[in-house]
Amino acid sequence: MKRIYMDHSGTTPIDPRVLEAMMPFLTEKFANPSSIYTEGREVRASLDQARVQVAKALNADAGEITFTSGGTESDNLGIKGIALGRKEKGGHIITTTIEHHAVTHTVDYLGENGFDISFLPVNKYGQVELETLENEIRDDTFLLSLVYGNNEIGTIQDMRDIVKLAHKHDVLVHTDAVQAVAKIPIDVKDLGVDLLSLSGHKIYGPKGIGALYARKGLRLAAVQHGGGHEKNLRSGTENVAGVIGLGKAMEIGEIGLTTEIPRVKAMRDRLVKCILSELEDSYLNGHPEKRLPHNAHFRFSYIEGEALLLNLDMMGIVASTGSACSSKSLKASHVLLAIGLTPEQAHGSLRLTLGKGNTDEEIDTVLEAVPKVVKKLRAMSPLGHGGGK
Amino acid sequence: MYSEKVMDHFMNPRNVGEMKDADGVGEVGNPTCGDLMKIYIKVENGIITNVMFQTFGCGAAIATSSMITELAKGKTIDEALKLTRDDVAEELDGLPPIKMHCSNLSADALRAAIEDYRKKNPGK
Ligand SMILES: Cc1ncc(COP(=O)(O)O)c(C=O)c1O
Repeated sequence: MKRIYMDHSGTTPIDPRVLEAMMPFLTEKFANPSSIYTEGREVRASLDQARVQVAKALNADAGEITFTSGGTESDNLGIKGIALGRKEKGGHIITTTIEHHAVTHTVDYLGENGFDISFLPVNKYGQVELETLENEIRDDTFLLSLVYGNNEIGTIQDMRDIVKLAHKHDVLVHTDAVQAVAKIPIDVKDLGVDLLSLSGHKIYGPKGIGALYARKGLRLAAVQHGGGHEKNLRSGTENVAGVIGLGKAMEIGEIGLTTEIPRVKAMRDRLVKCILSELEDSYLNGHPEKRLPHNAHFRFSYIEGEALLLNLDMMGIVASTGSACSSKSLKASHVLLAIGLTPEQAHGSLRLTLGKGNTDEEIDTVLEAVPKVVKKLRAMSPLGHGGGK
Repeated sequence: MYSEKVMDHFMNPRNVGEMKDADGVGEVGNPTCGDLMKIYIKVENGIITNVMFQTFGCGAAIATSSMITELAKGKTIDEALKLTRDDVAEELDGLPPIKMHCSNLSADALRAAIEDYRKKNPGK
């Protein structure tokens, strides 16, 4: 049985064209790009070219792109880099209650080291409201970090308006766009963001590579010190093949915005519509329209997500859940709690994130499987009436 | 992470459903923390002749519920009272450590069902 992969927000397979671009740098083009002989200079030139590819996809300048080991490091470098690069000691950072742990735990660390941190609440769709933000801004607020497209519920923020408001108060804006890149058009100049994180493995590139966009003129401290690579912002011999792969993935991803993404969105829309009409007491988490085009995040009453996930797994369908029972901490997802769900409600969540490999036939299969499993588990459950429509 | 036996009981649970004419009903857990189990028993001459369950919870919660129904069926009340969480886990070829406490509640639910039966039938 062919497996149906619907966890593209978890990670993605490498696009064959990306792999092809990378291969020479894993084999014969192995020179260190810092070496000054011919082979080294050639690799350096390829790195520079990849930097241009990444910059172009964001409408940034190549000099504003720093390569990192992924989304986590980009978040760390962006946030700590700004915080520790300031002349003043301490100060106030604002973030939200729906961030990825790469941001949450980074600001927690800064909170333990002399900075004040505020976590903005979000509305029931997972959006930051301008009024809430404006009320939180203080004289010493210097940074706002806000996830652009949420990795769980898929909600997209009204970034341009948020940036405008933040800048009015001289607050810089960092956005974690790991899930948004190659899903929605991103133009850093138009959005106005000061820093933006992205990651290779969410966009059909390799794992262990990412980038931080930092607007020209910003003062950032390095987090990792050493030989002065990446303009002294991120020392360490470059992950050359990874960088080349990221460049190619960004280029392909940008083209895909007008070709691949509409196809994925149409499949997602059909999936959501049919599931919600087929099953009673089923809901879509996140915003109905302002959401990532590949994300469907459901909530089914009376059942638990891990049981749902395992049943689907046995039927060949790969999905994800925010249920406490599937997490190491046995705590419900902080994002689901932040949008106002009770722990009991958060248990019954199912995330399906679509991607390039998926087909309409696969959607048909999932549309048969999900209601079947939900009804089976409801029939076992002591809660509720346990039926479909 | 789950043994084959857990997966089998989870995918093909035995004795699922509500027992309308149960002699004893036991409920343990709390949906807020993820698991809620209900065990129904039928008792004749001190012997548990039928057991059924309803469970809201993860794979381990469902598998342990299914397993306890098989373990308890045919046992005397006194024998059934001796069944422990460890017995259930062992019969399932083990559970992931993290699930041992939160989802392995079925022995407790069975005990609650027996207590309910005894309350309704004093002296038995
Ligand atoms: C929103 C978001 N930020 C950051 C990350 C971390 O990225 P990476 O796995 O490349 O470190 C992820 C990936 O799970 C993510 O979804």
